[in-house]
Amino acid sequence: MSNQKFNILTSTCVPLPIENVDTDQIIPARFLKATDKNGFGDNLFRDWRFNKDNTPKADFILNNPTFGGEILVGGKNFGSGSSREHAAWAIAGYGFRVVISSFFADIFKGNALNNGVLPVVVSEGFLARLFAAIEANPKSTVTVNLEAQSVTLDSTGESESFEINAYKKNCMLNGYDDIDYLLSNMAKIVEFETTDVRSTFA
Amino acid sequence: MGKTLFDKIWDAHVVAQVNDGPTQLYIDRHFCHEVTSPQAFNGLRERGLKVLRPDKTTATPDHNVPTWDQDKPIQDAISRHQVQTLTKNCEEFGITLYGLGHEKNGIVHVVGPENGLTQPGMTIVCGDSHTSTHGAFGSIAFGIGTSEVEMVLASQCILQPRPKTMLITIDGTLSKGVSSKDIILYIISKLTTGGGTGYFVEFAGSAITSLSMEARMSLCNMSIEMGARGGFIAPDQTTFDYINGREFAPKGEAWDKALAYWKTLKTDADAQFDKTYTFDAADIEPMITYGTNPGMGVGITGSIPTLNEIDEAGKISYIKSLEYMGYNPGEKMIGKPVDYVFVGSCTNGRIEDFRAFADFVKGKKKADNVVVWLVPGSRLVEKQIKAEGIDKVLESAGFVLRQPGCSACLAMNDDKVPAGKYSVSTSNRNFEGRQGPGSRTLLASVLTAAAAAVTGVVTDPREFLS
Repeated sequence: MSNQKFNILTSTCVPLPIENVDTDQIIPARFLKATDKNGFGDNLFRDWRFNKDNTPKADFILNNPTFGGEILVGGKNFGSGSSREHAAWAIAGYGFRVVISSFFADIFKGNALNNGVLPVVVSEGFLARLFAAIEANPKSTVTVNLEAQSVTLDSTGESESFEINAYKKNCMLNGYDDIDYLLSNMAKIVEFETTDVRSTFA
Repeated sequence: MGKTLFDKIWDAHVVAQVNDGPTQLYIDRHFCHEVTSPQAFNGLRERGLKVLRPDKTTATPDHNVPTWDQDKPIQDAISRHQVQTLTKNCEEFGITLYGLGHEKNGIVHVVGPENGLTQPGMTIVCGDSHTSTHGAFGSIAFGIGTSEVEMVLASQCILQPRPKTMLITIDGTLSKGVSSKDIILYIISKLTTGGGTGYFVEFAGSAITSLSMEARMSLCNMSIEMGARGGFIAPDQTTFDYINGREFAPKGEAWDKALAYWKTLKTDADAQFDKTYTFDAADIEPMITYGTNPGMGVGITGSIPTLNEIDEAGKISYIKSLEYMGYNPGEKMIGKPVDYVFVGSCTNGRIEDFRAFADFVKGKKKADNVVVWLVPGSRLVEKQIKAEGIDKVLESAGFVLRQPGCSACLAMNDDKVPAGKYSVSTSNRNFEGRQGPGSRTLLASVLTAAAAAVTGVVTDPREFLS
């Protein structure tokens, strides 16, 4: 099940300067009842985005036509809480390919990478300047270059490098997933099982 | 230099190290529930794969199940379909299922330990962030996403970056009326919800080792709420005594071998952690949250922080949070109105929790203004409650015991707190809408929940303790 390949993306951004955005906000629990991965984008940020009667909340950023693009810029500690991968499916399903923040929760970060969504960690200062630039000019673009591991605010040229391990980078560049790797390593798995000291009592 | 317990268990499970990448880690025990597994089974089908080691996975539906009339079909068609999908997947792939109505059914993190499936030194995963609960037994246990569920089903392995290590020591004696739930809410209020991110935590110190297994589970359960990959406690005699005799615990000669191995599972005296914190148990009072993440907690006699106490970047989120809760900065928590009380969940749905609740409300009456949901964590907990006559104590105080499940912790079933209502909850998350759209959650211990249940407002449980 290969993912979409990722290399370079230049896009306008959607700013969400809220800290500790938890996965219950990204996709509320009552929408986790599906048995496939489709349609979660429709309910992305459901309770921030829609009123009880399903009309859009005018003051929520996704309902503001001024802002758009394939990059979501979020406040510190993005994706905390529940391990639900549905959060990554909702973000991908809505059309985001990158989430930029100064800090991500661990499980969300892994889930995003496993679904071809690139989490990009920037410094708090750079994040603040991104928010300011996007607010000032919603047409501001950001370029994320995975090969070079760089993120650039195109209007000023300010750029930072971001970290990603070589293995995951290769997966993202080529659209590979982890199961391909694990299955290729089956002999080692069987060898581990036969030599594990705990096998005498487990 | 010596090794931490985390290093020892991790190193014992390394199948391979990916160059400049994650570790391929062998998984001893995998738990499954209905919400985060269907897409993983679909993935196996699409690739034409089997489950590599079906005997190492155990499944139980818990998130979607009703807590009333469990003998009847689930009313909500989508929930029913998801639960039925788990049944079908388990049949097709040969996985043990404790389905709805089965004597072992219940919340996955209650079921594993009480049946002896959770053991020291194991690696344990589940598509559920509160898998950290199993760390109470000295295992590396952590929540995973659905892609990772598929990895474990296909290969009994997972690819994980090695987390850093953190030691949190709590020495001293807990005051009366203070429980392990208060310890963890206190720690998260100090470290924030991101303070543990990137780390695996070992909890140690005299206030920790004196805790029962149930209390240890409540503590480790909420490690994820400070962002930690997991949290554990080195196994000791309390751990071994709890496991001994449970259905899936090693027996006879295997028990002796297991015990000998488990006794080696401790951090070496000269081991180094990447980060350490020390707290004094005497500083901890019953805790309550006032905001919309588990780090927004105060001692119950305390006040909501004023805006001056919040750093600049966090102010927008802080104001948004208090607006949602209908609170103002600086207000006292004592006396705040309460509409609902929920006792249950993988955090506080075990037998000890119901004993504590019953002891507290014995001879008192439920306040008329509150709706109280008492939801056992499993069928076995429910059975024990009845065997001990706890249900009778609850009934005479005006309470009703419901049937097991995750229930109002995340409101995927009908147990939803209505919009705008306040719920004192023994669960683990107070996020916006967590207990139902618009619901307002105050996280607290079982005793604080019991105090609210009989007074109808936020109350310091110590007022009732002699």
